[in-house]
Amino acid sequence: MTPILELKGITKRFPGVLANDHIDLSLNKGEILALLGENGAGKSTLMNILYGLYQPDEGEILVNGEKVTCNSPTDAINHGIGMVHQHFMLIPVFTVTENVMLGNEAVKQAGFLDRKKAADRILEISNHYNLEVNPDDYIRDLPVGVQQRVEIIKLLYREAEILIFDEPTAVLTPQEADELFKIMRSLVAQGKSIIFITHKLREVMDIADRVMVIRRGAVVGETTPAEADKQSLAAMMVGRAVDLEVDRTESKPGDLVCSVENLTVVDKFQNIVVDGVSLEVYSGEIVGIAGVQGNGQTELVNAITGLQKSLSGKVTLLGEDVTKFSPRQITELGSAHVPEDRQADGLVLPFPVAENLVLCTYYKQPYAKGVLLQYPVILKNAEKLIEDFDIRTPNAFTSVGSLSGGNQQKVIIARELSRPIKFLIASQPTRGLDVGSIEYIHKRILQKRDEGCGVLLVSPELDEIMELSDRVAVMYRGKIIAVVANKGITKEYIGLLMAGVVPEKPIQSDEKTVVEATF
Amino acid sequence: MSEQKKDLGQEILKEINQDQKQTEHTKKPFLGNAAIPLLAIVTGLIIGALLIAVTSQSVYAAFGESIGKGFSQAFSEIGTAYKALFTGAIGDPIRMINAVKGDDAREIRQAFNPFLESLVQSTPYIFAGLAVALGFRSGLFNIGVEGQLFIGAACATFVGYSITGLPAWIHMPLAFLAGALGGAFWGFIPGLLKAKTGGHEVINTIMMNWIAFRLTEWLLSGPMTRPDSGGMPISPIIQKTAEIPQFFQAPIRFHLGFFIALVVAYLIWWLLFKTTWGLNLRTVGTNPRAARYAGLSTTKSIILAMSLSGALAGMAGAVQVLAVNRSMALGLSSGYGFDSIALALIGNTHPVGVVLASILFGTLRNGATRMMVVSSIPIDIVDVVQAIILMFVAAPAIIRSIYHLRKPKQEEEQIFLSGWGGQS
Repeated sequence: MTPILELKGITKRFPGVLANDHIDLSLNKGEILALLGENGAGKSTLMNILYGLYQPDEGEILVNGEKVTCNSPTDAINHGIGMVHQHFMLIPVFTVTENVMLGNEAVKQAGFLDRKKAADRILEISNHYNLEVNPDDYIRDLPVGVQQRVEIIKLLYREAEILIFDEPTAVLTPQEADELFKIMRSLVAQGKSIIFITHKLREVMDIADRVMVIRRGAVVGETTPAEADKQSLAAMMVGRAVDLEVDRTESKPGDLVCSVENLTVVDKFQNIVVDGVSLEVYSGEIVGIAGVQGNGQTELVNAITGLQKSLSGKVTLLGEDVTKFSPRQITELGSAHVPEDRQADGLVLPFPVAENLVLCTYYKQPYAKGVLLQYPVILKNAEKLIEDFDIRTPNAFTSVGSLSGGNQQKVIIARELSRPIKFLIASQPTRGLDVGSIEYIHKRILQKRDEGCGVLLVSPELDEIMELSDRVAVMYRGKIIAVVANKGITKEYIGLLMAGVVPEKPIQSDEKTVVEATF
Repeated sequence: MSEQKKDLGQEILKEINQDQKQTEHTKKPFLGNAAIPLLAIVTGLIIGALLIAVTSQSVYAAFGESIGKGFSQAFSEIGTAYKALFTGAIGDPIRMINAVKGDDAREIRQAFNPFLESLVQSTPYIFAGLAVALGFRSGLFNIGVEGQLFIGAACATFVGYSITGLPAWIHMPLAFLAGALGGAFWGFIPGLLKAKTGGHEVINTIMMNWIAFRLTEWLLSGPMTRPDSGGMPISPIIQKTAEIPQFFQAPIRFHLGFFIALVVAYLIWWLLFKTTWGLNLRTVGTNPRAARYAGLSTTKSIILAMSLSGALAGMAGAVQVLAVNRSMALGLSSGYGFDSIALALIGNTHPVGVVLASILFGTLRNGATRMMVVSSIPIDIVDVVQAIILMFVAAPAIIRSIYHLRKPKQEEEQIFLSGWGGQS
């Protein structure tokens, strides 16, 4: 049988980089092919070539055995290739119907829009593939999982046969992800074919029929979930053996380092985004805040670190009331902050690595004497940290912006963790990083905990929370709806809490594990 | 003075060496950061040459006779014009060599005067260019340099003529400082507005320009008018003690201000790249969110940067009054404040680059005067050349595609974007 899609010898060069090196890929009708690889491995480049956004330097694309060229996304969609982007391409103030028909409008005579016809078609698709959606809802009112469904419907409406999913679970709760996997299953059952881009091993094992691993622009292996396990996939992806499970010893909580009492924060439109949150972090423990992105975690962290004013409530750090403190005062108390958005908040990209490594301390001895910066000392500090934290950079003068994401994050980790700190806030410390870097950063955070530092870890990645935290707090719509000890609880249980459902009986847990559950 | 100059030389060398080091590991194009500005200048001159040829009547006439004659006429026109530009800006090489061979000190000075005059023309550009560059580095687009320059000049003039009986070593620095303070005040206002209310500095500095122009007009025709001016808006002549000394007899105007400008450029470089204050300014300028995260005060930084930028602009005005004009009239500035935006960009917003770009602009301006006299090519052609250079620097993609240069990484250009309100 001819594969529905074949890529032969696709090569794409960018100045100084071979992004795709003679990649061969074939996709059979009705299968889910997972494309696994670290960030920067060349997955996105390959898919952008397929989707018509880039032109390959060499190689050809065959759809149903026929050679095609994709010069634009329009060409791609005409050949039946569609892409569900990681960041949705939807217009919030339009209805589902309007979004779906946009660019391919059904019209009546004289050019009037035929919303009815489009809506009927959407309902038909929705029933056929079990994609539950109401055509008249406005996008802005829909949860993320449903928005993604609309994206899928958009492609089916345009009669795409090959669907590319680019890291589709990044924005979903575990339940929503399971829902998506069901949809993907039903799509292939109906004869569609799917390419699924991801760097999450668990998802590959769960859903894929076949796995292709890409490293440094080249295909390094092809396997099926039945033949492989997570360890072997990770090793293929990174190019060496990787510890997937970190060794987490029993925590030894000590003094109270951070306490948040009844904290309320409003955004610039005066909406309450953090709603009466109380939380305690003791030295020597990691408290993980789980929750789908956008449930107030960012604002909570900003309020604790002094970046955002709170409306009411109190934050105490290391025995001092810091509610009205500036970020610098809070840092000087002995706290560190790994910010959520490393490029926007954590680094000055055009500045050299050395200057970024003293971003929070440059004005103090020994980096400055009076107003004079002591560049020899700054440089020495940089060389030491580059060595200690294994930052891959040509040298200390290189601008941080030219490093890879993983190494940029290591610069921040090195800067924050090398100070004598007693409290650490790590906000999505491994967002978008590859397996190797994640492993490294997790070890560093645990090491800090074992040294007696109190850690508040915020992450939408449930795996990360479950792996590192001693206690898990779940945040939903600005409230902390439960704090549980991370012992004997399941992902499903936390997943339900993340969706705002408080299960009547915690799954697989005895009485003691649920420390507190309020709603 | 000589020690300072030696230092500056060493620093320039260090800068150049540093750039070379960077070339090795980031694979920048040949000449590093200077490639785009240099190629822009070359391209600007080439297009200027074309303009000279196509606007010349005699070239058309020659083409009417034969194509060969047309080309030779075009080349001779361009040759005459650019030769005049060169001798006007640098001097006549033959005359310079002969003068050095001879012993006549006066003749030597005269032969080298075009070059010295170019440096005189460059001096206000250096100050004004530094003002804009400092603003860019701090994430601010100071369009108000022209207005700050006028206020600075007015303050320097007032201190220069109204105070009497001071020794020169106090009076001259005092007048110069007054100019700096006046400019600083005029920069402080939009800085304060930006920091406290978020009012955009581009709008506010433009408005402050108009206030400055009208205010100086009123001052010169009212409170500060020269008693015997007969209604002309011109100030009294400053006291001898307030003058920044010229090194040679008239008509050679080369003065100490040029060296003051170099020292100030060195100080700004030192401030920006060697002190915590500079790192502060640059961090806020490059990534205000990271600055907030790192505990810096963006408010303080903005106010400080605008005031310093204004002070530098004020010095440009002060030096023109105290060293060249010796009194203030409305024609004080031939658009230094606006040209300085261009040359700050050509100079990569780096003090060394600004000094070099200023000397280029001063030289072009000075040479253009002679070009106009000799070849009757209008002085405006230099404006066109400058505009083309600026256009190429501001839109480096054009130069890159003409000369097939590699596109730099995004962050290398961010420093410009941030100044233009393109902060991401």
